[in-house]
Amino acid sequence: MSDTTITRAASDKQAKKFNIGRLLLEGRAFFALILIIAVFSVMSPNYFTVGNFLIMSSHVAIYGLLSIGMLLVILNGGIDLSVGSILALAGVSAGAMMQGIELQALGVILYPPVWAVVVLTCVLGALVGAVNGVLISIFKVPAFVATLGVMYVARGIALLMTNGLTYNNLSGRAELGNTGFGWLGFNRIAGIPISVLVLAAMAIIAGLMLSRSSFGRWLYASGGNERAAELSGVPTRRVKITVYTLSGILSAIAGLVLSSQLTSAGPTAGTTYELTAIAAVVIGGAALTGGRGTIRGTMLGAFVIGFLSDGLVIIGVSSYWQTVFTGAVIVLAVLMNSLQYGRGTRKS
Amino acid sequence: MSPETPVPDARPDLQEVVLAARNVAKSYGNVHALKGVNFDIHRGQVTTLFGENGAGKSTLMKVLSGVIQPTSGEIILDGQPVSFGNAADARDRGISIIHQELSLAPNMTVRDNIFMGREIRTATGVDFAEEERQTRKLMEDLEEDIDPLTPVEELRLGQQQIVEIARALSVNSRILIMDEPTSALSASEVEVLFKVIRDLTARGVSIVYISHHLEEALTITDHAVVLRDGNMTAYAPRAEIDLEWIVRNMVGENYDLGSPPEGHEMGGVALSIRNLSVPDASGVDLVDGMSLDVRAGEIVCIYGLMGAGRTELLEAIAGRLHATGGEIVLDGREVSHLSIGERIARGLALVPEDRQRDGLVQTMSVGQNLSLASIRNFTRGLFTQTQAERALIDSSIREVTVKTDGPDAPIGSLSGGNQQKVVIGKILATKPRVIMLDEPSRGIDIGAKAEVFRLLAEGAKQGLAVLYSTSEVGECLSVAHRIIVMHKGHISAEFDSTVTKEEIMAASGESVAA
Repeated sequence: MSDTTITRAASDKQAKKFNIGRLLLEGRAFFALILIIAVFSVMSPNYFTVGNFLIMSSHVAIYGLLSIGMLLVILNGGIDLSVGSILALAGVSAGAMMQGIELQALGVILYPPVWAVVVLTCVLGALVGAVNGVLISIFKVPAFVATLGVMYVARGIALLMTNGLTYNNLSGRAELGNTGFGWLGFNRIAGIPISVLVLAAMAIIAGLMLSRSSFGRWLYASGGNERAAELSGVPTRRVKITVYTLSGILSAIAGLVLSSQLTSAGPTAGTTYELTAIAAVVIGGAALTGGRGTIRGTMLGAFVIGFLSDGLVIIGVSSYWQTVFTGAVIVLAVLMNSLQYGRGTRKS
Repeated sequence: MSPETPVPDARPDLQEVVLAARNVAKSYGNVHALKGVNFDIHRGQVTTLFGENGAGKSTLMKVLSGVIQPTSGEIILDGQPVSFGNAADARDRGISIIHQELSLAPNMTVRDNIFMGREIRTATGVDFAEEERQTRKLMEDLEEDIDPLTPVEELRLGQQQIVEIARALSVNSRILIMDEPTSALSASEVEVLFKVIRDLTARGVSIVYISHHLEEALTITDHAVVLRDGNMTAYAPRAEIDLEWIVRNMVGENYDLGSPPEGHEMGGVALSIRNLSVPDASGVDLVDGMSLDVRAGEIVCIYGLMGAGRTELLEAIAGRLHATGGEIVLDGREVSHLSIGERIARGLALVPEDRQRDGLVQTMSVGQNLSLASIRNFTRGLFTQTQAERALIDSSIREVTVKTDGPDAPIGSLSGGNQQKVVIGKILATKPRVIMLDEPSRGIDIGAKAEVFRLLAEGAKQGLAVLYSTSEVGECLSVAHRIIVMHKGHISAEFDSTVTKEEIMAASGESVAA
């Protein structure tokens, strides 16, 4: 008994000594964001303005939505490479629906209202995500390979649908009753872009789901140790299919927001966005091995990447340098993740 | 330690002893696997190490073969103190080890496995022809008809063990450590192995032998050493000992893990297994048509050696493994078609054998691990009720007496015994009718063991049906009302709590050469 008290006292002392280092390490994404804002504010007078923050945030919204889905998948111990392609497929599908769906057998062209377009696009995203989930959980295809395949297939279908072209007119026509697609990308409520509000809403919903629902607990458990979770009665297959489906839905929402912001839907949109989303999740402190990570961290990660690259544009740094900086930040983040988690791991 | 515990000479006899350990200790955090052990390996003879699971046998062998480094103490080779940096270091000095767990690459051929890491090189690459010739020779010596070019994954387990043995023989070691080499071998293969061992000792090779088959080990050994709880408790030459001596020293005298709870009313049959069969991947039945009843308030112990089918039986009842035939009836209702989660909801749950791999989620806190299996019970609508969860966690920590800094402490900060109590607490929180525990005392110290069995006894008094398995005979004679001995997928004997250790061991096949 005396043994344990001594070691505990010793470790308390140690804990106090490392407190500041520990705080910096655990809040690293937050401090990195503060640092980025401070540096760019000094370098450019235009950076630290409400208007600029709102514009930058509407850029972050796209990555942010994708990275919420990516976080869910990574918490489960998987990876989803198909989010960028689902984003493009969703945008193109929405574009096609806005142009009208021709039913040749009936000889009519349907112009669904915008709300129906949004719902159908989300359903499409969910279906593609569910394909990922079924491949991975039931057919035991490794997540990397399954989503890599779906990434190609979804991108290919998007290209086929438009023959490689881009839908430029998404505004709809008043006489057909399908106007309003630009609302997602352009309108503001109380001065805040809708896209940012959508991101905030999704982040809050996902955050509550992770911290307060039993599904959230199941997700953390099956990502941390799937065998133990299964033996505790967690329906691990269902959890897996659900996270990939949710990732698909969030990618579809991101696709809608992006094509609304651009007022066009192209089949090559969102190329390599999956990598940015993974980077945001990693910078946010999630472990790629699963079971560790938070929405708060992931959101900070998304803002770090977004504010950094927009800041570099504002101060006029070459886009080639942006790539180098982003890469350096990712490597640094992974390094700190292994510092945080590596020490605690015990021999099993 | 009892006063008559023998102590080998501080300086080992150079003529007699080739490798010796003096005061070797090894700790993992707060767990002391070895507590200052002295051990001699006799030149050109077989020295057998006896001890129950967790006594420290494998740890000691890993220290002697350089796989792990001791926390303190000395290793003396031919009278000179040595320290091995790694296993290759020890191998270069003529010490090799056959591990209990096979360490073969299943995708590679027998030849490539035997020469892995020390390929015969020529100017133009590897000399496969020479490797193949030597492999063929080794297989002939072992009287095993295995082609050197067969991939290891196509061999059955016993043959894989032969390959493992051949690999150790091929390096011409002076000292060969065999950790449970016969656990998957057939009787005739064991015969051949013993012949090879006698040949080796005749050539001056020193053997260290570890086996749970006590009588089998007695036929081959020249010296016996017994470990218990990380201490050496006895050593003697073969001529002076018998089976009873080994069992007495292995198990110890004052080994009180409680007695079967009495004075409560036993209920009806809570769990009933009829004709259950569980096949392995290749279709061989690991559990072969077993039938078993456990009543509410009753504690039943399943005793058996490694490979007897205990784990498979319990995992099939819990729903982890698929049973090919038979019925699992819980409170009169068939549950075979239900998922693990549904069985837990009906009151049938398993505490798995390997708590690191199957029991705990290492990334979660103590509290989250405790509430994991019962999280559905305090979910109202969409969200979990934080208050209710907290109350459950607090009462669980008290009930199973987990020593922790609090519910938010990481699970990895707990000692092995406390981690095990968390796994048991997690299952108890689901309010089971029947609780199954697979080797509940694996890798935990004697104090924690006693507490685990006290928990089982208390549960039984409140009407819980308890079914636990063990490979330590002392644990059968603790709280169990009834002891079932399993051997190769069958029930080989059934006893009440008045049985002796020797009777149980005899029924398990431990004292009968398999």
